[in-house]
Amino acid sequence: MFSNFLIWFVIVPVIMMAGLACCGNSNMKAIRTVMVVCSTVLLGMAIWLVCEFLDMRAAGDTSEMLFTGSWMWYEPLNIHLAVGVDGISVLMLLLSAIIVFAGTFASWKIDPLPKNFFLWFALLSTGVFGFFISIDMFTMFMFYEVALIPMYLLIGVWGTGRKEYSAMKLTLMLMGGSAFLMLGLLGIYWHSVPAGGVPTWNILEIAHNSAIAPSWQNLLFCFTFVGFGVLGAMFPFHTWSPDGHACAPTAVSMLHAGVLMKLGGYGCFRIAIYLLPSAAQELAWIFIILTGISIVYGAFSACVQTDLKYINAYSSVSHCGMVLFAILMLNRTAMTGGILQMLSHGLMTALFFALIGMIYGRTHTRDIRQMGGLMKIMPYLGVCYMIAGFASLGLPGMSGFVAEMTIFFGAFENGDMFHRVFVIAATCAIVITAVYILRVVGKLILGPVQDDHHLTLTDATWWERFSTATLIVCLAGIGFFPNWINETIQHSFTPIINALNMAI
Amino acid sequence: MDYSQFGAMLPELIILGLFFIVFLFDTFSNEGGKKLLTPVTTVLFGLATVAIWLIPSCGDTVFGGMYVDDSACKAMKAILNVGVFIVLLQSAKWVESDEVAIRKGEFYELLLVTLFGMYLMISARHFLLFIIGLESASLPLAAMVAFNKKHYESHEAAVKYILTAVFSSAILLTGLSFVYAFSGGSLYFDDIRAELSSGSTPGLLICALAFMIAGIGFKLSLVPFHLWTADVYQGAPTAITAYLSVISKGAAAFAFFVIFVQAFGTLYSAAWEWMMYAVIIVTITIGNLFAIRQKNMKRFMAFSSISQAGYIMLGVMTESALGLGSMMFYIFVYVVSNLAVFSVISAIENKTGKVGMDDYDGLHKTNPWLSFAMTLAMFSLAGIPPFAGFFSKILIFTSVTASDSMALYMLVLVALINTIISLYYYLLVVKAIWINPGEARIESFRSAFSERLALWLCVGGIVFFGLVSGIYQFCVESAATLV
Repeated sequence: MFSNFLIWFVIVPVIMMAGLACCGNSNMKAIRTVMVVCSTVLLGMAIWLVCEFLDMRAAGDTSEMLFTGSWMWYEPLNIHLAVGVDGISVLMLLLSAIIVFAGTFASWKIDPLPKNFFLWFALLSTGVFGFFISIDMFTMFMFYEVALIPMYLLIGVWGTGRKEYSAMKLTLMLMGGSAFLMLGLLGIYWHSVPAGGVPTWNILEIAHNSAIAPSWQNLLFCFTFVGFGVLGAMFPFHTWSPDGHACAPTAVSMLHAGVLMKLGGYGCFRIAIYLLPSAAQELAWIFIILTGISIVYGAFSACVQTDLKYINAYSSVSHCGMVLFAILMLNRTAMTGGILQMLSHGLMTALFFALIGMIYGRTHTRDIRQMGGLMKIMPYLGVCYMIAGFASLGLPGMSGFVAEMTIFFGAFENGDMFHRVFVIAATCAIVITAVYILRVVGKLILGPVQDDHHLTLTDATWWERFSTATLIVCLAGIGFFPNWINETIQHSFTPIINALNMAI
Repeated sequence: MDYSQFGAMLPELIILGLFFIVFLFDTFSNEGGKKLLTPVTTVLFGLATVAIWLIPSCGDTVFGGMYVDDSACKAMKAILNVGVFIVLLQSAKWVESDEVAIRKGEFYELLLVTLFGMYLMISARHFLLFIIGLESASLPLAAMVAFNKKHYESHEAAVKYILTAVFSSAILLTGLSFVYAFSGGSLYFDDIRAELSSGSTPGLLICALAFMIAGIGFKLSLVPFHLWTADVYQGAPTAITAYLSVISKGAAAFAFFVIFVQAFGTLYSAAWEWMMYAVIIVTITIGNLFAIRQKNMKRFMAFSSISQAGYIMLGVMTESALGLGSMMFYIFVYVVSNLAVFSVISAIENKTGKVGMDDYDGLHKTNPWLSFAMTLAMFSLAGIPPFAGFFSKILIFTSVTASDSMALYMLVLVALINTIISLYYYLLVVKAIWINPGEARIESFRSAFSERLALWLCVGGIVFFGLVSGIYQFCVESAATLV
C-alpha cells in the first residue's frame, strides 16, 4: 500500500498533523518549521508527480488513470480505498500543493492558538489531497467532508467580523449540499452494475459498466450536480460564499476559494457528468441557466460592493460559475477551458485573498472608501494587486485570458439558439469584470491617499513577498505556456466525451 | 430437566455470578472492605466483558426454543458490555461522593440486574421470556433514576419513568394478548411466523402491531412516545442518564429488530412498514427540532438521543443481515460517542455542578483536553469524517437503500436532511467551547483517573472504529446468523 506514490499525499498531511500535535502550544518556531517542511515536501511531490505523469504519457501509456492502486476497506459493501490520477487530478494536486505552500507563508503570524489553527489547516489539506487522488466514490466523499468541516472552526475562531454567523451558514449550506450528494452517490452505487452483479463504488468500473437506467440517471444527476454545485457556488446556492470568504482568515480564504471550490467543479465533472452521461445530455440546460445567472449576477454584485473581500468573493462566484458553465457545454474545448479556469481562478483568487489579508493587516480596514493611493505607500503590494486584477479580467499573457478564450470558443461550438444566448451573456460578464477590477485598482491603488495614518505603513515583509511571488509566477506561467497544461489534460477528456457520445 | 441447557446461557450466568459476588461482598464486608467495592466491581466487570467477547457462541436454541444463543445475540451483548464498562468507569467518582457512597452496593446490584434483563430481551424467542427481561430491565432502572435521594428532580424523574414504564408494558401486553389470540395460543416467535406465513392476515394484527410498536417505542423513546425522556434524563444522576441513553436504548433496538423480523417479518410490507416510516420520520425530525432550543446539556442529549434512535430504527427497515449489522455497528459507535459526551458532562458536573450549555463558554482556555474530547464526540454524533459517526451513518444509509425501493430512498433523504439540522445543534456546543467570547466559567481541573480512562476509551473508539473496518465486518458477520 505504501509503495503507491499517491497515498503519500494523504500520509504527509497526517504526519504534518502528528508533528504539530507534538509542538508546544505557542512554540511558533517549531510550528512554522513543521508547516514549511511538510508543505515544501508536498509541493515537491506534486511537481515530481506532474513530471513523472508527463513522462509516462510520453512513453505511450494511454490508460485512463495512472498510479492506480486499490485496497479493500469495507468488504460487506465493497468499499475500497482506490487511488489513481489522470491529467486533471494531477494538475489539481499541483494547485492544492501550491496554495497550501503559499497559505503557510500567508499565515506566518496567526494569532491566537497557532497550533490549533495549523492542525485544522492540515486536516483541511488532507481532505483536499485525498479527494483528488480518490477514484472510489465512498473515500472521495469521505475526504470531501473531511475538507469541509475544519472550515467551521477556522472561520469561527480565527475569522473577523460576523464570523459565527458566517461559519455556521457556510458549514450548514455545504453540508446540506453534501447530504444531497450522498444520496446521489448511494443511488449510483446500488445501480452501478447490471442486475445480479456486485455493486461497486469505483468510478472507472461504474463508467465502464454504464448500467444506470436513464430514469434513475435524471434523479441522481440532479442530486449530485446540486450537491457539488453548492460547493462550486452555483446560483442560487452561492450565498455562503461571500459571507464565508469575507469572515475567514487569509490563509483559509486562499485555500477555500483557491482549492475547495474546485472540489465542486471537479466533482460535477468526474461524477455527475462522467457517470451519468445521458442525464447530462438531457438536463444540462437547467444548470446552464443557473450557472449563466451565477456568472452575470456575481459580476454585477461585485460592482457594488465596498468591502474588498466581498468584491473578490462575488467575483469568485462569477468565475466558478464559468467553470461549471464550461463543463456543461459537454465538449472537449470548453471542458479544457473549464479546467484551465479552475487553475487560473485558484491561483488568482488565492493571490487576491493573500493581498487583501496583507493590506487589511496594515490598514485594519477593507473598505475601499477609506483607503487610497496604496501604490505610494506599499508599492510591492500595489503592483501585485494590479497583476492579480489583470489576470482576473483576462488580460492576454495571464492565465485568465487563456482560460476564458478557450471556454468561449468551446461554448460557441454548440450552434443552437439557447446555448448562443447564454454564451453571449457570459461573454458580456467579462466586461463587467473589467469594470469592478478597474474601479478597485483606480480607487485603491492609484487614487489619492485617503488617510494620513496610512502613510506610515510598511511594505511587504519577506514571507509575504515570497508567498505572493510564488503565485504570480504560476499565474504568468499558465498565461505564457498554456500548452503543457493542455498536453497534461488532453487524454483525460476522451473517456468522458466517449461516454457522452454513447449516451445520445 | 436437562441442566446442561444452562450452558448456553453463559453470558447471563456470568452477569448473575457477578451480581452475587457484589451482593455478598457488599453485605458482609466491613467499612474498610467497602472501600474496595468500586475497584473490585469495575475490574471484575472488565474481566466479564473480555470473557463475553472471547467465549464463542454455541448457536444453540434451548428450553424448547425460548432462548437462543447465536453470534448476533452474543455480539450485541458484548457491545452492551463495553458500554456498561465505560459507564462504570465514569460513575466511579460519583458513587464515592458522600451522598451516594453508603448505597453504592445497591447501585451496582441494580445495574447488573437491569443488564441481566437486557440480555434476556436480546436472546428471548418467546414473548413471555421477553417480557420478563423487559421488566427486570425497566423496574430497577426506576430505582436507579431516583438514586440522588435528596434531589427533588431525581424523584420526579423516577416517578415519570416508572409510570411510563409500567404503562408501556401494559400496552405491550395488550398487544401480545391480541397476538396470542390469532397465533393459535402460542407466543413463540417461530409459531407466530408460521401462522402468519400460512396466508391469512387477521384484522387484529394491525392492532397488535400498533400496540407493540407503541410499547417498545416507549423504551426506545421514539416519537410520539418520547415525552418522558427529557425530564428523566435531566433529573437522573448523570451516570444513570448515560446508561439509559445508550445501554437501555441499544438493547431495546436490538430486541425490536429481532421481534419484527423473526415474528412478524413475513408481513413486513403489508402491515407495519408504513407505521415505521411515520415513526422514524417524526422521531428524527422532532428530536432534532427540540434539541435546538435546549440549554441544559442533559436535556440537550435527551433530544439528541431521541433523534439518534430514529437513525437506529432505519436498520429495522432493511430486514437484512447487512441492515442488522449496520444497526449493531451504529449502536456501538453511538455507545462510544454518546458516552464520551456524558463522560465530559459528568466530569464537569462532579467538579463544579454545572450542566448548562452556557457554562461551557470558553472551556478550551481552561480544560483543553475535555474540550478536545467533547469536540470529537460532537463531530462523531453529527456524522463528520474521519470519526466513527460518519461511517456508522453512511453504512446504515447504504444498507437501507439496498432494496431499490423509492420509498426507502426518500426516507434516507429525510434522514440526510435531518443530519444537517443535527449538525447545527451539535456545532452549538462546539461553538460554546471554542468560539463564544468571554471568560471561561469552569475553572481548570484535573479529572479523576477513572474518568480519564473512560474518556480515553471513548475517544479511541471514536477515532478508530470507522477507520478500522474490522468492527463493521464483525457486526455484519455476526448478524448473518439471525436473518
